[in-house]
Amino acid sequence: MIEINNISKNFGKLKALQQVSLQLNKGECIALIGPNGCGKTTLIKTILGMVLPGSGEIIFDGTPIKNSNEYRKHIGYMPQIGRYPENMTIGQIIKMVKEIRKSPDALDDELFNRFKLQEMLDKKMRTLSGGTTQKVSATLAFMFYPKVLILDEPTAGLDPIAALILKEKIIKARNNGCLVLITSHLLSELEDLVSQVIFMQDGKLVLHKNVNDLKAATQKSTIAHSIVHLLQTENV
Amino acid sequence: MIRILKYVVIDILKNKTVMAYTILLALISWSTFSLEDNVDKGLLTILNIVLLTVPLVSVLFTTIYVYNSSEFIELLVSHPIKRSVIWKALFTGLSVSMVTAYIIGTGIPLLIFAGWGTALMMIAAGSLLSVIFVSIAFLSSILTRDKAKGIGISIMLWLYFALLFDALILFLFFQFSDYPIEKMVVMLSAFSPIDMCRILILLRLDVAAMLGYTGAVFQNLFGNNMGWVFSFSLLIIWIIVPFYFSLRNFKKRDL
Repeated sequence: MIEINNISKNFGKLKALQQVSLQLNKGECIALIGPNGCGKTTLIKTILGMVLPGSGEIIFDGTPIKNSNEYRKHIGYMPQIGRYPENMTIGQIIKMVKEIRKSPDALDDELFNRFKLQEMLDKKMRTLSGGTTQKVSATLAFMFYPKVLILDEPTAGLDPIAALILKEKIIKARNNGCLVLITSHLLSELEDLVSQVIFMQDGKLVLHKNVNDLKAATQKSTIAHSIVHLLQTENV
Repeated sequence: MIRILKYVVIDILKNKTVMAYTILLALISWSTFSLEDNVDKGLLTILNIVLLTVPLVSVLFTTIYVYNSSEFIELLVSHPIKRSVIWKALFTGLSVSMVTAYIIGTGIPLLIFAGWGTALMMIAAGSLLSVIFVSIAFLSSILTRDKAKGIGISIMLWLYFALLFDALILFLFFQFSDYPIEKMVVMLSAFSPIDMCRILILLRLDVAAMLGYTGAVFQNLFGNNMGWVFSFSLLIIWIIVPFYFSLRNFKKRDL
């Protein structure tokens, strides 16, 4: 579904991405992990077209994304830190995104209801806590039944109940054939979600493996242990 | 485009600055015309105020607004919208607001007190000037990510066009007063939209005669129909060029 060919990106001297190639398929739930500053968010932003790669290309459903924007209607994106126009209320933001997407009336408002956003519709974005902003981001990401979900640290800042609701929703989307790409530092949280793991370091792709293969190869029972094992033995 | 434009305009209207700017312009215009019994004198006073304040407010408000819209832009780019549409919507929204403020604040008293021809001329010049400086502000706010630097660039550009450029021309005039440089000076004035507007309006007011030989050259060059077309096209170019470069830059920018 998404094909990434030899993407490189430099920010000045910093090499944020170096020759990254990936093939992401439908129905997979992929964990994108790696230390801080390894290029996870940059990779996500290149897929979304927010950061333009220095070289290489990204192909979405058979068409290169360069100079295109229509493919983005199939993507639900939840940013790591949601930044919204401060003077707008939650209701206005949701209404505006709906209008921009020219979406049909039947929308996924499950998260909207379960996060109880109805009661906060008139609150200004400036006054919201980090967690509530994340709830708005999550609601918007899932609202349009996207084919691809890109979640950058989705549960950071959410309270345990909200995190659980979101997790259930992710599993549901995955079972419906959605391609889910998640970055997170909480490996334990990803355990029962993901089917593949991508590990990045210093802008390079270190490994892209099926979870079961990974566990079998390292003879560990959890993703976290497998990754730690791999890092310690360095035989990636 | 229209859908985004709607949100931009609503947001600008909610911001009280444009409202205050309109009231300020109205106060200046109404009081000048009520105090001066000679309409032409009043026009000259208003002209000088308009040539300073309109560019300043346009360029400053736009620069700050564009920087403050970074969240809005970021929110939109992850959705299926062309980047150029976002940028053009912002530009149109700001231009429309600044021009509307000018027309309500200064345009209405002009139409009431001055002759129609002169009033329309000044409305056209002021509106073009507003849009030109919105365009310049877009360029300076895309040049750097630092808000303080961006505002600094905007103020410097305003200073240059509103004050420094005039001084430079005057300097040239004195240095080369022995040579026939009038035509060259006229050409040079094309490099500052504010001076272009000033010349256009002065010619319209028929006070160009006071400028002596240079005035006659101006009259020769701008006074006929070709001159009007030429000078208005130049002003339009002043809108298009800075905005075009900012748009090109914005399309390639990492957000």
